[in-house]
Amino acid sequence: MNESLIVVENVSKAFGGVVANSNISLSVPEGRITGLIGPNGSGKTTLFNSIVGYHPVDSGSIRFQGREISKLRVQRIARLGMLRTFQQTRIYSKMDCVQNMLISVPHRNTRFFDMFTRFPPQTLEKAESLLEFVGLYQKRHLISGDLSFGQQKLLEFAMALMNDPKVLLLDEPTAGINPTLINGLIDRLKRANSEFGITLFVIEHNMRVIMNLAESIYCLAHGEMLAYGTPDDIQNDQRVIDAYLGAH
Amino acid sequence: MLDNLNLLSLAPILNVQLLLDGMFVGAIFVLAAYGLALVWGVMNVKNLAQGEYVIMGGYFAWHLSTYGLHPILSIPIIAAVMFGMGWIVYLTIIKWVIGRDLFTSLLATFGIALVVQQALNLAYGPDVRTAESGFEIRSLFGGLVTVADIKLISFGLCILLAACVVLFMKRSRMGQAIRATAQDARAARVMGIDTERVYAFTYALNAAICGAAGVLVSMIWVIQPFYGVPHSIRAFVIVTAAGLGNLPGVIMAGFGLGVAEQYSGFVLGAEFQQATAVGLLVVILVWRQIQMSRYRQVVE
Amino acid sequence: MQNDTTPAWVYIVIATAGVVAPLLFPAYTNQIAFLWLMVLFALTWDLVGGQMGYNSLGNIFYFGAGMYISAVVQVGMFTDVGTYTSARGGEQLVLGYFDYFYSLGAGVLLAAVGCVIFAVILSRIMFGLRGPYFAIGTLGVALAARELAGTWEWIGGGSGIAMPVYPGLPDEKSLVFYGIFFMLAVVTFVCVRWLYSTRFAQAINAIRDDEAKAEAMGIHTLRHKTVAWSVSAFFLGMSGAVFGNLTGFVEPLEVAFPTVTFGIFMVVMSLLGGKGTLWGPVIGATLFHVIKEVTWTYLLGWQWVALGVLIIVNVVFFQDGIMGWMQSRWPERFGITVDASMSSRGGKRKGGAGA
Repeated sequence: MNESLIVVENVSKAFGGVVANSNISLSVPEGRITGLIGPNGSGKTTLFNSIVGYHPVDSGSIRFQGREISKLRVQRIARLGMLRTFQQTRIYSKMDCVQNMLISVPHRNTRFFDMFTRFPPQTLEKAESLLEFVGLYQKRHLISGDLSFGQQKLLEFAMALMNDPKVLLLDEPTAGINPTLINGLIDRLKRANSEFGITLFVIEHNMRVIMNLAESIYCLAHGEMLAYGTPDDIQNDQRVIDAYLGAH
Repeated sequence: MLDNLNLLSLAPILNVQLLLDGMFVGAIFVLAAYGLALVWGVMNVKNLAQGEYVIMGGYFAWHLSTYGLHPILSIPIIAAVMFGMGWIVYLTIIKWVIGRDLFTSLLATFGIALVVQQALNLAYGPDVRTAESGFEIRSLFGGLVTVADIKLISFGLCILLAACVVLFMKRSRMGQAIRATAQDARAARVMGIDTERVYAFTYALNAAICGAAGVLVSMIWVIQPFYGVPHSIRAFVIVTAAGLGNLPGVIMAGFGLGVAEQYSGFVLGAEFQQATAVGLLVVILVWRQIQMSRYRQVVE
Repeated sequence: MQNDTTPAWVYIVIATAGVVAPLLFPAYTNQIAFLWLMVLFALTWDLVGGQMGYNSLGNIFYFGAGMYISAVVQVGMFTDVGTYTSARGGEQLVLGYFDYFYSLGAGVLLAAVGCVIFAVILSRIMFGLRGPYFAIGTLGVALAARELAGTWEWIGGGSGIAMPVYPGLPDEKSLVFYGIFFMLAVVTFVCVRWLYSTRFAQAINAIRDDEAKAEAMGIHTLRHKTVAWSVSAFFLGMSGAVFGNLTGFVEPLEVAFPTVTFGIFMVVMSLLGGKGTLWGPVIGATLFHVIKEVTWTYLLGWQWVALGVLIIVNVVFFQDGIMGWMQSRWPERFGITVDASMSSRGGKRKGGAGA
């Protein structure tokens, strides 16, 4: 279970003259929860985007289960079983929650003519039980765009679970969520990891959350890898403290 | 087709004619395209009625010329009239379109285009017209190349108009407000800029620029109620090729399109001249897609 | 949208009306036939524009392409197309019943197949374009096709091709073509209705709502887009072929590629009825066609101005259309409700972060 699912080696990415990532290397072990922190503008989301294929990297390699993916398109990578959620929550806003869930089924093995079939009843059951898991069962027939921001975030999380990913990249899952609900969300993330066996790779600003959640943490600053270690290591690392204090 | 190509290589001087004519019309295309880019950049409205405003300006000039007013002198009047019309269109229609999805603005302005061309057709009939400017045509290189004085004058007027607009955008308060709104409308609002007024002014300014361009079209070329669509397509071709906020690019693309149309008209036959802009539009869009896919992106 | 809950009597009424109408109003057979054509237009446009969010201004391309394919096939079965068209309509093909319908069937079928091929090719080319670029690009394709058809001498250029002459009387021809248009509209509706009941519907709706998200979730977006446009092209191609035969004369500007009439009607009708719904396009097409046929001649030349105003008002102030308005007026009728039970097992367990 401790093999590396994602291996990033010496990845660099610049936009124009601005270096967003320089020589980043990290690995995400299978079955674990890995965190990624860093001050604003340290290149976390850029790294996420590089991994899931939103833009090409300038140099370096990204491997998923031993396979080079830095040249693949978003859809191909998603179908390999690597999924991401967005910092700005993205759902299908004119469809109701159940439809949002149904269409999130994994597309790994779909054949051409599968698109003309209906969803089997098990899929609907699964969708409803996952909606219940995140606490949206009651609102399942509402148009998802009418939900509150926090509920949309939960829906997006449920959609990701519906997809049975091997690894889930979460970009600030607790941003904009009511603090009283954060504990519930942490609990659900942990359960997704332990019950569904999904490897998690989480960007998070909220230190309390990430220290609670992750088993190991990478810290980025100014586009470079600053530190790596257990939550305790990171909390006591002088460079990390400086990076955060220096940024504020 | 090959005969025509042969002719070009046998008498290279014909190239001069094509290049000159291309530049003369291209300069007018630049004006309309600049207006389109302005409205697009500032308020994210894709104005499909661009060509219709050009033709409208042309008809007004023609109309005034029948009362004996020389088209060149009518440019300020028509720019003012079109400015007012643009303001009214903004208040009645465009105002409600800003901030909506992209197709809304496209279709709404298409509706405006339809109304304008049909109204012009009802008012002036479907005949092809030219506003008589009464200048001479000079011959160069022993008659192989002809240049109408009016084309030279129109070229000069184009440059003058463009310079005025650019200077206005750089120096005046309103110009600065427009540029600020284009960059970030919300920040501009916070800083006390009346963006509503800026939008209205921008749209009206665009109509005025188009109207002035239309006067030039009516003098050096022909106008007809339904000739607006090619002008709109041309403006889109130029802006798509050059990108927003890229004035040198717009100028180059405008001249390029003008020249390309002249060449295709000469080499392939006059009936292909119309198709050139449309063909180029498709080619440029495909080319931009290929370019974007290298960055794992799409053309948005 | 995936479960059509329309009561059966609606279908019965429409089917009966479709069969009885030409017998009750024989003078208006062609007008009613065009109503079915409009329904087909709106349905096929809405499949791509409304349900998938790719607002095409150039769907009319398939209509014209189908028309020309069928013309070339039907003429080519009996004579050399080049010499036939160079006669500039001086001679027309006169065929017997069997030859006529045999060639008509072949023409319509090949038009459909040809248009699907065009759609697959164009999908590769156009679907990398988003939003306004797609709309303008498709408009460009339709206009380019129109110019091309106008300069291509083999298919008659600007002066067009005369289609084979119908072997029977004009009234009979009207009835026959009425039947074909009615059937085409019904088949289109049934096909689209079935499509909306499969997972295909959710996939293209997802593409409409957020394509980047759909890609990030691994949906085969290009595959779905290609199929949607191909289905659209299939029916448009057939309708174009039939329309060409009814008119009897195929010409690029007014008949085959009427970009600003039929090409825009499609969009307006879908928007009027409510895009992205099953019944919206049908309602919109009916309303639009009836209003247009009734008022057109009274407007004395102002009809086109009125059409422009209608487009503006529709798009700017009533974009959701009739169905969209009804859905926001009575959401519970459309199944948009809060379920009181907390879980699928019906228990009253507290639902955590759901509030």
